[in-house]
Amino acid sequence: MEADTLIKSALLALPLAFLLLSFWPGRRALAWLAPALLLALLLHWVLPTGLLAYLVSFAVFASVFALLSLGLNVHWGYTGLFNIGIAGFFALGAFTSALFTTAMPSGALALYSQQAFGLGMPFLVGVLSAAILSGVVAFLVGLPTLRLREDYLAIATIGVAELIRLVFQNERWLANGPQPLRGIPRPLYCLTDGPSCDWLPTFLHPLFAGLEPRDYPYLYLVLVSAAVVLVYLALEKALRSPWGRVLRAIREDEVSAAMVGKNVFAFKLEAFVVGAMIMGIGGAFYAHFLVSIDYGHFIPLFGTFLIWVMLMLGGSGNNKGAILGAFVIWGVWTGTAFLTDTLTPFLAAISEDLPARSPYLRYLFISLVFMAILLYRPRGLLGEEKTVSQFMENAK
Amino acid sequence: MLGARRWREQVGRLWARPWVPPLFLLFLVLLPILLAAQQGVSPDRLLSLVIWGTMLGSILALGAIGLTLVYGILRFANFAHGDLMTLGAYLALFMLTLLPQGPPLRPFSFSLEFLVALGLVFPLTGLAALLVDRFLYRPLRFRRAQPVVLAMAAFAAAFFVRSLIYLFWGPDFLFYYVGRPRPAMEVFGVLLRPDQLFILGLALLLVFLLYLLLEKTKLGKAMRATADNPDLARTCGIPTERVALWTWLLGGGLAGISGVMLGLDAQLRPEMGWFMLLPLFAAVILGGIGNPYGALAGAMVIGIAQQVSASFLNPAYAPGVAFVLMILVLLVRPQGIFGRPGG
Repeated sequence: MEADTLIKSALLALPLAFLLLSFWPGRRALAWLAPALLLALLLHWVLPTGLLAYLVSFAVFASVFALLSLGLNVHWGYTGLFNIGIAGFFALGAFTSALFTTAMPSGALALYSQQAFGLGMPFLVGVLSAAILSGVVAFLVGLPTLRLREDYLAIATIGVAELIRLVFQNERWLANGPQPLRGIPRPLYCLTDGPSCDWLPTFLHPLFAGLEPRDYPYLYLVLVSAAVVLVYLALEKALRSPWGRVLRAIREDEVSAAMVGKNVFAFKLEAFVVGAMIMGIGGAFYAHFLVSIDYGHFIPLFGTFLIWVMLMLGGSGNNKGAILGAFVIWGVWTGTAFLTDTLTPFLAAISEDLPARSPYLRYLFISLVFMAILLYRPRGLLGEEKTVSQFMENAK
Repeated sequence: MLGARRWREQVGRLWARPWVPPLFLLFLVLLPILLAAQQGVSPDRLLSLVIWGTMLGSILALGAIGLTLVYGILRFANFAHGDLMTLGAYLALFMLTLLPQGPPLRPFSFSLEFLVALGLVFPLTGLAALLVDRFLYRPLRFRRAQPVVLAMAAFAAAFFVRSLIYLFWGPDFLFYYVGRPRPAMEVFGVLLRPDQLFILGLALLLVFLLYLLLEKTKLGKAMRATADNPDLARTCGIPTERVALWTWLLGGGLAGISGVMLGLDAQLRPEMGWFMLLPLFAAVILGGIGNPYGALAGAMVIGIAQQVSASFLNPAYAPGVAFVLMILVLLVRPQGIFGRPGG
């Protein structure tokens, strides 16, 4: 067996182990590593290399969206907060992390690219700053609106999302808008490049020698899936804690929650901030994989609507559903791109303008899916699980 | 805590005085004007900005009145209202391709067939709004879905309508009459295009007709009563479903007309309605939800503020100006300037 297959399988084994773990949770999480490794080797053996590489980078994007969808689940699924400005926190996370981790452009590059600051910090600092800034903005948005009727929050979140996008579009000094902000560092990229990491002990170098720069998605999938698992576990814990129970009480009946002495406003604000922080983390992971981002990524359709469809399809109030929905809808979204390509001859027969506009067919399709979910299956694929407490795991 | 409560009571009593809400409205209009004057914008320019703002405000008002009626009568935030405006604008464009083209009605840039199209847009957009209601909102309403679920459905409908527009007309900017000159003329030192005067006049006429409808007809009274308190209205024997039907026809039609006006004033693009959504909601909230006259006043304030602020701010941030005014009102008076407590 070749060295690169082995290391790639080992890298793939980690996300697969996370997947197996979430379906069959057990006490010994590490026990899944061996079967996951076997499964990864099997995948390498069965699937053509190109297809597997495609699936890996597909999984990276779907995991990023899973993070966003988990964040929305805290807002809508747990607490019933109607946030339709996800794109704002998404963009904020992406640009913040990018600004914290890139180096200030110098020399000839400075003529073409401007940014407010470039701190050249490590990846994790970038992710953390993205989460913190998204949380702060959510706090400021929530403060005047969460005491009022529920749809005021929705209108305010639309406003904030539009405003954030406009700022990144028009303010050149901030993040090179409207041009893309380029050169966002990829974490652990040096492992695929030689490896050339100076922190890696020399005896480990042969381990990664088989990796090439184009295998980078394998590495990134480990990082982003670890983030998804951490957020998932934390949210599952929180849902079963007293805090999570209060959130669901507020969602079901705000007045009753207030009557038993809960500070409804404070809990809503906490939930809003926590969800926005997760969205910010999702944005950071999006930026570091894409390397170059601009305001156009954060239009309402892509940055907000798609994530709503993911959560509602998977089942709001269910974290597994949020992740499942992200994978399914991202599959539909990318799959329909192929479909419209094959449809091109037929569309050309109807009107000569249509083939160029076929990408909009997927917008149409996704919005129909969303309406169908609302009308015919409001609980989504998985629906909400009845969860009472972490101490009553089997109480049904 | 007692102090806070007494403070709130005092403030509530203050708002109940008849002269306070108009004064606050005046303050909101003067705020951007004073800011602009402080930045050294000349009075001449300010005057023309205010007049352009009034025109934008009258376009906004047509949309906002429909939105506030739907909001009050059907009790949910119709996030698809902006896209109904877009639909109306494109429907007019479609009808212009069908109708024979006449000579331009000087001094306006449009011809006779444009007025025919404008007349047809009203029922067609109203019908489109009604169709969305029949297939999407009504089933949810009958299931007694929460208002927020209806708002979500409206959000989906907005993207549905917009993707249809993208599909049929593409993403580019379009014009009703390509290459026709649109000269401006000077009216009392203010540069205005005749088209803009037409828009202003038509909007005022429609608002007046709407006033007659709401005040003098049985349907109008039923609508106001339902917007005020749907349960009480139903108890009094008002057929709320029929009121809902007329609300959609009227609100959708007005949105369509205001979309055409927006397209005539500038250009048509698929996101035009989405960009209007924030000013629309700002106007509705400013005036108090369910109050058509409040929406009219709110729309004027927002229109003027957006135009005047363009003299010292990047015009791209116009929606941001509406947003800031809305947050200001939410902080000071959440039920709207003309709203009642608990609204």
